Amino acid sequence: MEIELVEIRDHLCSHPPFRNLPRHVVNDLVPQIEVSYYQAGTMILEKGQDNHHLFFIRSGAVEILRSSGELYIQMGEGECFGQFSLLRKKKVRYPARAIEDSLLYKIPDAPFQELADTYDRFADFMEEEHSVRLKNALGRSGQASRNPLMISKIHKLIPRKIVTASPDISIQQAAVIMTQNRVSSLVLVPDDPEQDPSPVTGLITDRDLRKRAIVPGLPLSTPVREIMSTNVITLQAEAYAFEAMLTMMRHNLHHLPVLDENRPIGVITVADLVRYESHGSVYLVGDIFRQNDVDGLADMAPKIRQLFIQLVNEDANSHTIGAAVSRMGISISQRLLQLGEKELGPPPVPYCLLALGSMARDEMTLVTDQDNAFVMDDTFDPEAHAPYFKALAQFLSDGLNRCGYPYCTGDIMATHSRWRQPVSVWKTYFSDWIDHPDPEALLHASIFFDLEGIFGETGLAGQLKQLILEKAPKNPRFLACLARNALLRKPPLGFFRKFVLEHDGKHHKTFNLKRRGSAPISDLARVHALACGAVPINTRERLLRVKETSLLAEGVGDDLLDAFELICMVRIRHQARQAESGAVVDNDVIPESLSSFERNHLKDAFQIVSQAQSFLRYRYNVSPAMQTGVRSGQK
Amino acid sequence: MTRFKSPDPPFPVDWPSRFDVLEKQAKDPAIKAFYQAGSVPGDTPLKQVPFLALDLETTGLNPQTDAIISVGFIPMYHDRILCGGARHWVVRPDQNRSDIQTVIHGITHSRMDACPRFDTILPQLLKAMAGHVVVAHYSRIEQEFLCKAVAELTGDDLEFPIVDTMEIESRKHPVFRPNLFQRWMGEKNSPSLRLAHARERYNLPPYRPHHALTDALAAAELFLAQIKDQFTVDTPISALLYPQPLKT
Repeated sequence: MEIELVEIRDHLCSHPPFRNLPRHVVNDLVPQIEVSYYQAGTMILEKGQDNHHLFFIRSGAVEILRSSGELYIQMGEGECFGQFSLLRKKKVRYPARAIEDSLLYKIPDAPFQELADTYDRFADFMEEEHSVRLKNALGRSGQASRNPLMISKIHKLIPRKIVTASPDISIQQAAVIMTQNRVSSLVLVPDDPEQDPSPVTGLITDRDLRKRAIVPGLPLSTPVREIMSTNVITLQAEAYAFEAMLTMMRHNLHHLPVLDENRPIGVITVADLVRYESHGSVYLVGDIFRQNDVDGLADMAPKIRQLFIQLVNEDANSHTIGAAVSRMGISISQRLLQLGEKELGPPPVPYCLLALGSMARDEMTLVTDQDNAFVMDDTFDPEAHAPYFKALAQFLSDGLNRCGYPYCTGDIMATHSRWRQPVSVWKTYFSDWIDHPDPEALLHASIFFDLEGIFGETGLAGQLKQLILEKAPKNPRFLACLARNALLRKPPLGFFRKFVLEHDGKHHKTFNLKRRGSAPISDLARVHALACGAVPINTRERLLRVKETSLLAEGVGDDLLDAFELICMVRIRHQARQAESGAVVDNDVIPESLSSFERNHLKDAFQIVSQAQSFLRYRYNVSPAMQTGVRSGQK
Repeated sequence: MTRFKSPDPPFPVDWPSRFDVLEKQAKDPAIKAFYQAGSVPGDTPLKQVPFLALDLETTGLNPQTDAIISVGFIPMYHDRILCGGARHWVVRPDQNRSDIQTVIHGITHSRMDACPRFDTILPQLLKAMAGHVVVAHYSRIEQEFLCKAVAELTGDDLEFPIVDTMEIESRKHPVFRPNLFQRWMGEKNSPSLRLAHARERYNLPPYRPHHALTDALAAAELFLAQIKDQFTVDTPISALLYPQPLKT
């Protein structure tokens, strides 16, 4: 039969799970459909009634309620409901109500069961809860599958056999071995593993021979041990290529020995990686450190933006993109302080630059203002040393602003004397915030407790981290207040093609995907991580750690990881689209500008965040009357 | 062609007795059968009335010079549309081809040559209409073109009860064109009664126009929404029927 109701057929075919059915199956289904219309506010399925149809929302919006009458989920165009009562052959447990005037396609029980029996993917779709659907979507969409950096194990990239030697050979012998084997680096391994268990004693490169031997005019008989690099950074063979890229970026390396268990099996060079990526991000860090003034650093901003766009286009995951962009920000901060010290002279006492918030978490995107602070050694003498650090902070802050990291609107910058203090003062700040969690303290805790020492005497930052790790888990009141604060930023209640539905029933055309999406998950992860004394700062790593504990129910950690990845990727792609078109980059997403894939799965992700928030309330005994933060902050 | 012209029926029409009269006058067996199936009495509550949403695509608005080029219909009740009964035909017009636009809404002459003539689908159309109240948006087209076609083919009259979704919409939004002063006072034109615009007001989705079955479905959905909005399941059908007496 020629298909007659093309409007209905075409619409079904553009939505899962019908999209994945053979065309003729949908054609045969259409004549069995009934079309009904429900006005806003009217019930579609009552609790306890028999249900004989799968409902497909053609237009409008529907809410599904729990047996208790509490809202379970809201759905819009292209979504289905009613399948659970059909599959279980039971009466309706979760009633459905139209929240907008809605046109529904009703697919009768018999053809529905036949489809579920015949097509596994159809049955799976109908059975899946939101979390499962999101997980499958992340896998099926191939989001992380096309980019060789994401899918190649590092040992597959090793281009040639490893060449090793004893550190006791002469530099001339080293040069001969390298020339004979046509390699640009030589891995030096211990003569006697019994005495020296480290797999790699040192590394020497062509460049080291030139700069450290020939230029100073060392005798050819000099042992290579005297000029080799020690404390060599290595990577395990099972790591992915993008991890090699991030490691090389982090440490500004050009050669990276690869270990299989404890045995060096090869060396990866920048050139090996560059064959797999077009953005040259591995070189970008080196470029940053070669700049000799702020003007030069400011010129790097468009390149970082370009790197971001290319990583997105090459299907890198959010973890890699966040880490790469953060690494650029950190490198620029580091280089600025090097330049600052050159201008102002060496620091009078040891100090450390703290990265805070998204930079510390390795989660920067293109929209990030600067958050930083100085921790000085306790030998700091305000009278004598304050002017130096004040000037250095100003140099850093102005420089960052020039480089595309605008001044922090909340004044969380080392230019503020409060955030430029010796480590003992910082310790009293941190203790005080934990002991007296008033709104301001909680706001500060949520910014400063995501900290990383990125320049100078990083041991000072380590002391502060240690204090948090020891004090926070033992302080239930602080955790409860922090948990309460983490509930202030909620994902949207409903999410439709043309608008977002807010908790107060208002419709909004845009919403902030950072404030309403990724930040609530980072907030959740922080509370759980502080509760269990987890060391990582990065949200993904925190969730991986928390997952191991009993803080989260089985599977919840994985669901949150999936939700976080999806929300971050939608946000990152949104920014990449804006950056590519030359628009001002922000986090304000218009639902209609998203693909239906993104919209549908964002909804699933928000659902997971909402459930995790409800659980947080319960887990940390959050009471509504509890003293809380007035605002959740822009951080 | 000479044919008996029945006098205009009084209004409101008592459709069951009108059908009795027409049945006796009809000569063509298919038309006779259509009237024999009867019509719902005017006091029948909406919830018991079977409807048929119908749309004709034509080459123009004048039944004397223009031709039917496609027919689509879909059966429904007050609360649901039954996709299984939907039918759609592109029909070959009888007129001199040169009088007709070469391409009508995407249907080309070469494609049209493969299509049935209206007379071959008329029996199926009448069968579907039998016992049903017709639903159409701007029903004058459906009434006039069908009457004309049936008269030409059989010499019989075709009359049937009809609900016009545009007329029902105009009850809610009476046509109002403010004069200059009223405009200055901020008065606005009454909202458009066109199918797409009326549907938008009920949050119904936009459809591609000019496909007879899609338009029939569009009118059917609009009618579902209008029933929920302005009537109850117990409203007598007479309150909805197109109030003008039929004219051929």
